[in-house]
Amino acid sequence: MFSKTLHISTSPHIRQGMSTDMIMQHVVWAMMPLVIFAVVSFGLNALLVIITAVVSSVLTEHALCRWSGKSSTVSDWSAVITGILLGLTLPPIFPLWMTFLGGVVSIAIGKFVFGGLGYNAFNPALVGRAFLQAAFPVAITTWHPSFLEGRFLSISKSVAAFPFSTPVVDGISGATPLSAFKFDKVTTDTADLAFGLINGSTGETSAVLIILGGIYLAVRKMMNWRIPVAILTTVFVLSWILYIIDNQVYPSPQFMLFSGGLMLGAVFMATDMVGSPITPRGVMVYGAFIGLIVVVIRIWGGLPEGVMYAILLGNALTPHIDNLIKSRVYGTKKTKS
Amino acid sequence: MLNLHSHTFRHGVHPPENKEETNKLPIRQFPFSPLIILPMQQHIGAPSRIIVREGQEVVRGQLLAEANGYMSVPVHAPVSGKIRKIAKVPVISGQMTEGIYMETFHYSGQEVNEGIPISLENASPEQILKGIQDAGIVGLGGAAFPTHVKLKIPEGKVCDYLIINGIECEPYLTTDHRVMLEQANDIFTGIRYLIKATGAKEVIIGIEGNKQDAADHLTKLIPAGLPVTVQVVPVKYPQGAEKMLITSLLGKEVPSGGLPIDVNAVVVNVATTAEIGRLLPRGQGIQERVITITGPGVKKKGNYLIPVGTPLRYVLEHVGAAENISEVYMGGPMMGVAVSNLDISIVKGTSGIVVFGEDNINKTEKIFPCIKCGACVDACPISLNPSKLGILAKSEAYDTMAEDFHLMDCFECGSCSFVCPSNIPLVQYFRLSKGIVRKRNTAKTAKANV
Ligand code: SF4
Ligand code: SF4
Repeated sequence: MFSKTLHISTSPHIRQGMSTDMIMQHVVWAMMPLVIFAVVSFGLNALLVIITAVVSSVLTEHALCRWSGKSSTVSDWSAVITGILLGLTLPPIFPLWMTFLGGVVSIAIGKFVFGGLGYNAFNPALVGRAFLQAAFPVAITTWHPSFLEGRFLSISKSVAAFPFSTPVVDGISGATPLSAFKFDKVTTDTADLAFGLINGSTGETSAVLIILGGIYLAVRKMMNWRIPVAILTTVFVLSWILYIIDNQVYPSPQFMLFSGGLMLGAVFMATDMVGSPITPRGVMVYGAFIGLIVVVIRIWGGLPEGVMYAILLGNALTPHIDNLIKSRVYGTKKTKS
Repeated sequence: MLNLHSHTFRHGVHPPENKEETNKLPIRQFPFSPLIILPMQQHIGAPSRIIVREGQEVVRGQLLAEANGYMSVPVHAPVSGKIRKIAKVPVISGQMTEGIYMETFHYSGQEVNEGIPISLENASPEQILKGIQDAGIVGLGGAAFPTHVKLKIPEGKVCDYLIINGIECEPYLTTDHRVMLEQANDIFTGIRYLIKATGAKEVIIGIEGNKQDAADHLTKLIPAGLPVTVQVVPVKYPQGAEKMLITSLLGKEVPSGGLPIDVNAVVVNVATTAEIGRLLPRGQGIQERVITITGPGVKKKGNYLIPVGTPLRYVLEHVGAAENISEVYMGGPMMGVAVSNLDISIVKGTSGIVVFGEDNINKTEKIFPCIKCGACVDACPISLNPSKLGILAKSEAYDTMAEDFHLMDCFECGSCSFVCPSNIPLVQYFRLSKGIVRKRNTAKTAKANV
């Protein structure tokens, strides 16, 4: 009797049952409505941009793992997230070859050189996006009106541009609400902003869908809700103060909240677990810091949008926040840091 | 007294309880195994010293081995029978230690040998402590720390609170629950001895919310004049850990590296208390204990009174364990130890046996890198940073772990590993790291003393 060899494991012998690849998959599901909305509002172009970003991220991850002799880590789904995020932050008519390059840079520079998943100091998608911004400043600020007729039938010349050819700027290009405000002081209706009936990057336009995705993840405890809450509160409060001071010069707080990449950044990028602090209090500081930088760049900086840089700076600050803000260990007096 | 604290400790986790299959089943006497295997090290401290010889016939309850110094307890005969061999016996760690093989007399009525009673009225605190040591009593919650050592109030300290730990926060286990429902009298007698031994002014029986019936039962039976209250605390793991329980009941934190007595408290497990109340008036020693046997791999789940030294294989055969059992552990699933060899036996510290068949075992989970999700930080009852500690352990930075990240405060509760989505074996890392740090410290002290 009982002839089988017993399975030996160390305690605890039970697990909660959440796994890292599962979390990553859910993040992908939570972003799906955004992807679909991007395709509905921007058509084939957006679809191609997002698919290209995902394919290039996953291929890069796989190739680098193989090249360095490790088993492939694509099955943890994190490269898919990076690809989708990158795709969602690009203009809908961004040339595909540049998109592909962006995916390669995101994974290779943003993640792999740091040691892969878990070791990346910055959000990989933002690293790729920052690279594209620096390398192709014109293409990345060439926006495109949403809900154009025939968007499901035609592919923009710009999207299909041959690598390294002089960028083709499509005849039709519209200003985003943020740049319209920044440079021409034109504000956009908040409801249009919230529902995404505006121009912008592929996935930044529908704040409502972003928030729903965020709630989905937060309820499943797969996202730290404190991060978006801290960022958005900070942005709201600061811009509200400024708006009270002078509502001719400064935009309204609603406008600040719902425009540009703030929602997408606050909900899906700043919450990248690897680059954000580990303690609840540290996370609040991190969120407040990002919110502050967003306001500073948007209002006083030379760029219409500052979310990307704000989050990258927040990522850079994370190790320091973790060093400074530790929970008080049970049975000790106040932590000496 | 008004208690304004939150009645709980920080963080913690909620594993599925899985207690409903056994918590209604009364304690039943287990049959006597024809073979008894008794290790001499069933407690923390020095192994007991054998005083019988091979071939000798002994009666149930007779002293087989005496305490080897203060930090040790004796071992009594769990059955009437014959000493077959004095040799190395297998224990759960996988090693072999000094022990006794006994053959049980089957015709014997298994009456227990009576000893010299410890009188509740006349015994001094020292005599009670000695009585507890002579009875071979150790913490029955699983730690198996000699109870008389724990109860000794150090010079200059006062014990205001005696906390009786009826929390049993480990999933699956229901022994303390049944003991509280069935052995209330022994518990209160035990409390009387403990009050005398420690000088405690107030006694609190702490019970988790999932055992409200036990709390109600004990509250009803509190003898007049005994300063006992029953307090129900929220269900949360590891509520049963001494420090966590003290925080929940008294709102105080035991200082890092300190003991409960540093906040004027002593914590004793409820089954240990019942054992004291049962054995001391009769002058007997421990022969058996209550064990929950459960898990998807056994048919006759239940709470059994099993003689110490009963071989695990015999136990499993009797409870109808599935032929294809593939994982067995002693203790609960959070802190219990996996069994590699069914020839080991029940010891005083065995609170439960949980059995999994081949079909109910979860496959080895894939380990991912730490994604800094913070789940472990939100789980750790000591508020450590297991993520950081795990990374440091991997790079073997043991000194940094101990000095800057409070490694030695980790009591291996397993909450961090339980929640980690990356399946990082955090507790295992910490167990090993603590061992290394301890060794280094001993080496350092040794050097300093040269
Ligand atoms: S095992 Fe240690 S580090 Fe992990 S949760 Fe428990 S006390 Fe904290
Ligand atoms: S729970 Fe695991 S993955 Fe998450 S921070 Fe802790 S160690 Fe890292």
